[in-house]
Amino acid sequence: MKNDIILSGVGGQGILSIAAAIGLAAIENELFLKQSEVHGMSQRGGDVQSHLRLSDNDIASDLIPHGQADLIISVEPMESLRYLPWLFGEGWLVTSSNPFINIPDYPPVEDILAEITKLKNHLIIDSDKIAKESGSLRSGNMVILGAASPFINMPVESIENAIIKLFGKKGADIVETNLKAFRAGREYSAAFRS
Amino acid sequence: MKKLMLLGDEAIAQAAIDAGMSGMYAYPGTPSTEIMEYIQSSAEAAELNVHREWSSNEKTAMEAALGMSYAGKRAMVAMKHVGLNVAADGFINSAMTGVNGGLIVVSADDPSMHSSQNEQDSRFYAKFATVPCFEPSNQQEAYEMIFDAFELSEKYKTPVLFRITTRLAHSRASVRLREALPQKELNLPQDLAQFVLLPAISRKKYKTLLTSFESVRYDIRLSKYNLFRDGRKRGTGIIASGIAYNYLMENIREVSDDYPVLKISTYPFPKELITDLTSRCDEVLILEEGAPFIEEALRGILDDGIKIFGRLDGTVPRDGELNPSIVAKALGFPVKYGENVPSVVKMRPPSFCKGCGHADMFSALNKAVEPYGPGRVFSDIGCYTLAALPPYNTINSCVDMGASVTMAVGAADAGLFPSIAVIGDSTFTHSGMTGLLDAVVKGSPVTIIIADNSTTGMTGGQKSMATGRIRQICEGLGVGHDHVREIVPLRKNHDENVIVMREEFDHQDVSVIIASRECIQTATRRKKSEAQSE
Repeated sequence: MKNDIILSGVGGQGILSIAAAIGLAAIENELFLKQSEVHGMSQRGGDVQSHLRLSDNDIASDLIPHGQADLIISVEPMESLRYLPWLFGEGWLVTSSNPFINIPDYPPVEDILAEITKLKNHLIIDSDKIAKESGSLRSGNMVILGAASPFINMPVESIENAIIKLFGKKGADIVETNLKAFRAGREYSAAFRS
Repeated sequence: MKKLMLLGDEAIAQAAIDAGMSGMYAYPGTPSTEIMEYIQSSAEAAELNVHREWSSNEKTAMEAALGMSYAGKRAMVAMKHVGLNVAADGFINSAMTGVNGGLIVVSADDPSMHSSQNEQDSRFYAKFATVPCFEPSNQQEAYEMIFDAFELSEKYKTPVLFRITTRLAHSRASVRLREALPQKELNLPQDLAQFVLLPAISRKKYKTLLTSFESVRYDIRLSKYNLFRDGRKRGTGIIASGIAYNYLMENIREVSDDYPVLKISTYPFPKELITDLTSRCDEVLILEEGAPFIEEALRGILDDGIKIFGRLDGTVPRDGELNPSIVAKALGFPVKYGENVPSVVKMRPPSFCKGCGHADMFSALNKAVEPYGPGRVFSDIGCYTLAALPPYNTINSCVDMGASVTMAVGAADAGLFPSIAVIGDSTFTHSGMTGLLDAVVKGSPVTIIIADNSTTGMTGGQKSMATGRIRQICEGLGVGHDHVREIVPLRKNHDENVIVMREEFDHQDVSVIIASRECIQTATRRKKSEAQSE
């Protein structure tokens, strides 16, 4: 088994919480894991990505080779397209539809969504709306993780356990909101694919 | 033993704690910052009372670490690659003095300049200083190597340079820990003149250094980190180091028995292993992150030995960091890219956070300098360097820590008016204060704006040595009390701030304007943690 995942977004959107949840689940499943992160200047509103590699074998490279990612998980639609050269032909792209506009020449969202829908395997989700319905706008990342979770080769329970561990320090309410957001994303994903 | 998921930086930090280090010294700089941050948040380090305070700059960090070593204890100092330029005086002379307690100097290089002004390769400093250098390929190796680096340091009484690059620093993997070693006792050097580099002593010490480095060379050739593995095919042999070794193994995973591969993890290089490889191959491909350091050494000036492929002949790009695809191409393997990035995707450079005080300060500064025209604002290293980009386009320089002040002084010497420097609070105490003293002593008509967000912002909000003492420092250095002005960069204060700036441009001597507003990132975090503790 190998699962090569690119996480993308804009600095400050917190893609590392998604990475951390997948990472914790990988440990529970005793998988090998390498996770390359972006720290530094780009975290100030620039484009950021994280390469997450899971495998039942030893992993050599910290970076995913071009054309070999199984999955792109993006918390921002334009950013999801930036990493297409890494995506394998049959791979999935799961992205939020909510744009983060901090540049003057941000393209019309419809143009971005049109490019995404050209891909064979794509899933676009209004994570803000679903997160709000689940109780907190701030759990949007967990909505997206939920939507992407069917494409991650790990039992869903282990990802939920990871979310419990990840948010445990912040109290039972926060854990519950994030689990709810995760499940809502997963349900949306199941409905979309059927 | 315990296993942890650690960044390369964190593996180094955990190893240092486990190897009985007594003092960690550093100034924040991407990609090295997380080494100190990890130690500061480590319960073990707190329990063991490991020194873990930030230093004002890399030079003071280097020297304090050398002092800890003088006292017989193990010390580590960490910095980004350009920080080693600042620490270079202490570093190079620490090779001359030698060490007492083990001393490791971690330098984190940033090829492709993700967060840096250049992509200099720290390994040259090892050669320059006559100091051994280790470079790990992965997190586990980084952890193990720290133990051996301390041992080598004490065995040969030499500092050890520990080079990493961005992708290892900021990549996480599982690390298996070893049993922790106790810290060393306070123990003065046997020879109390060891650290006295008077010429007469230095001449002797240099001879000792040169001899002892030959012993290091002999010792290191047996290092377990230099690994030769023969292959079935004898055409191309491959030498790889650091993170490049991982990219190589990714590519040859299924055919790894075909290639003779030598992994080089040390300087001095393991000559015997290199000849083992070259003697059985027709040609050699060299894969290394950063400059062609190994490659140049192998080619020499004449380059008349075995055929070598690498960065110098274009097989691998001369600049920029490597990745698995670049290495695949160098090996002659096909690379299957996914779809191209559609043209609808625009560049998204970093920018000021919403609610950042720097943005309001630069708006006021743009207005204030408008009558004089562009080209009069020198700046420095930090978040505020983003004012070089639209929509601000305010600043005209970003060179090295502290250079805003001194370049403004030089330009004023040349007759530029107004000559303005914008420097952050932490950058000011790092290297701006001495430049300000120059300006004061000669009465230079410069205006220095200290953008004070009370933190080291760009690297994630570490302690700033300047907090609460900028006025005192400036007045102490001799800036007139009435010309140390304090403003609050808020939109509502815009007009008034423009007036203050123009008044100080007109002052025919040194002026300092302290523009203070807490970094929005640290303010948000502070409020969150205050709310949590209530």
